[in-house]
Amino acid sequence: MARYRTLVAGALLAALALPFVLRATGHDFQIVFAARIMIYAIAAASLNLAIGYGGMISFGHAAFFGGGAYMVGILAAEGVHSAWLAWPAAVAVAALAALMVGALSLATRGVYFIMITLAFAQMFYYVFVSLEAYGGDDGMSLAQRSGLGFGLDPSDDITWYYVVLVLMVAVLYLLHRLIHSRFGRVIVAIRENESRAEAIGFPVYRYKLACFVISGAIAGLAGALVANHANYVSPSLLHWMQSGTLMIMVILGGVGRFWGAPIGAFVMLALEETLSGSGVLGAYSVHWQLPVGIIMLAIVMYAPRGIAGAFRGRNA
Amino acid sequence: MLEVSKVSKRFGGVVATDDVTLSVAKGEVHALIGPNGAGKTTLIAQIAGSLPSDSGRIVFDGADVTDATQHERVRFGFARSYQVTSVFKRFTVLDNLALAAQARSGSSFSFWRPVAAERALIDEARAYAEEIGLARKEHFVAATLAHGEQRALEVGIAIATRPKFVLLDEPMAGMGPEDSQRMIELIERIRARVTVLLVEHDMDAVFRLADRISVLVNGRVIASGMPAEVRANEEVKRAYLGDEVPA
Repeated sequence: MARYRTLVAGALLAALALPFVLRATGHDFQIVFAARIMIYAIAAASLNLAIGYGGMISFGHAAFFGGGAYMVGILAAEGVHSAWLAWPAAVAVAALAALMVGALSLATRGVYFIMITLAFAQMFYYVFVSLEAYGGDDGMSLAQRSGLGFGLDPSDDITWYYVVLVLMVAVLYLLHRLIHSRFGRVIVAIRENESRAEAIGFPVYRYKLACFVISGAIAGLAGALVANHANYVSPSLLHWMQSGTLMIMVILGGVGRFWGAPIGAFVMLALEETLSGSGVLGAYSVHWQLPVGIIMLAIVMYAPRGIAGAFRGRNA
Repeated sequence: MLEVSKVSKRFGGVVATDDVTLSVAKGEVHALIGPNGAGKTTLIAQIAGSLPSDSGRIVFDGADVTDATQHERVRFGFARSYQVTSVFKRFTVLDNLALAAQARSGSSFSFWRPVAAERALIDEARAYAEEIGLARKEHFVAATLAHGEQRALEVGIAIATRPKFVLLDEPMAGMGPEDSQRMIELIERIRARVTVLLVEHDMDAVFRLADRISVLVNGRVIASGMPAEVRANEEVKRAYLGDEVPA
């Protein structure tokens, strides 16, 4: 336990020092990349709550992620640039979408649940594709990142990095509390043995729906950040491949492992970044997806419980 | 405590339970016996609320629970155990029991406070671990327990919800004589505070524990009464007991 705490404190210190190290060594571009990893860590953590703890294999989380992103984009297009308005709105809209999708999908189990969440997400995808007023198929650019006030300049990469870091740490802390609370104990129990959980008196449907909505809301926050990060939103954020990417991150990192999502986001994006550049594969870098696929296959074969699962027995 | 009146359930053309009327008095151990295929499993599901009835009424402790869901019936003081062990396999013994205790103490829509710090739940779980004879194994993961121990935990989870009434579905299933003896002793201990409906094939256990016995054959209750009456009943002998009846 003491070693675990030291490890977490060390990682936090490293994350705090990272922008200065990167700037001092002339890797400024990587600061932006690190922020991107953390945003995806939030999104993957939200999905891990649903899949890993709640046992709800959602193949539609891109809808909440992309929905949150579009909320920020649409508000920006309408002249609302405050993050204090746009981000809560993104979270609220994603929560509402998750409430709707969850309420209708949670009556089904297993592969049917996967298919229904996928279908809903694709439905939302086509809604945004046909939304010509906000860019339709092409998406739209945002003039600037949402403003934070307090003299903070979100367009400054280091400031933006710290904003994202604070939110990621907050989300992870919140999830840690949640998982170890009474509520967390119940959703894990439902994942383990749904009929017995019902039989000892827990209204299973309500707990699953609450868990799904919390998960969707957090995905919405990640979406809001990704819109600001790139200053761009497009329907591809809601595409099923986005849901698939998040799911792969969770599986790589470790389903139902607390550190699974951040580790998975880091490994996945780092692989993509390294192998798609010309540095490693040279002229073959256009085929970067092949080595990424092979490495993922190896991870899944040799660490079936994910990277976090391979390192720790219980607590992770 | 439990009044089942004229309850039926059909699956297509098959009548699983047919106008079943059953009355369990407060404080008694009431045994429900019957050959395989008699409709016991269906009746249990109807009483527990996991299967809605086609017709009839179920009154529990003065309240009509016919249309109540399974988790709602728990609020009235209902609990059950399963014939096929259904515990939380990856939870420890203590966590299994604490979860059951949690189900009946306060709201579990609590998102912040660590459940592991709730002394009251842990103390309660410890007391139940002691009662079911698993105190020494309280930190064992349920899946690692021996069969007899898992069966004890199965019943333990039911009684840890502090029910007024517990339905025990073949608690001795698959047990050797020693484990059966321990289970009988456990039921003897809990009967002082809980009304028990015991579904069991082990006739020694049934005749040792039951205050009254009901016999279900082909979806109907063909006899209900004191063990001596049921044992002497000609129809019961023909349909079920045969020469299994202990002298």
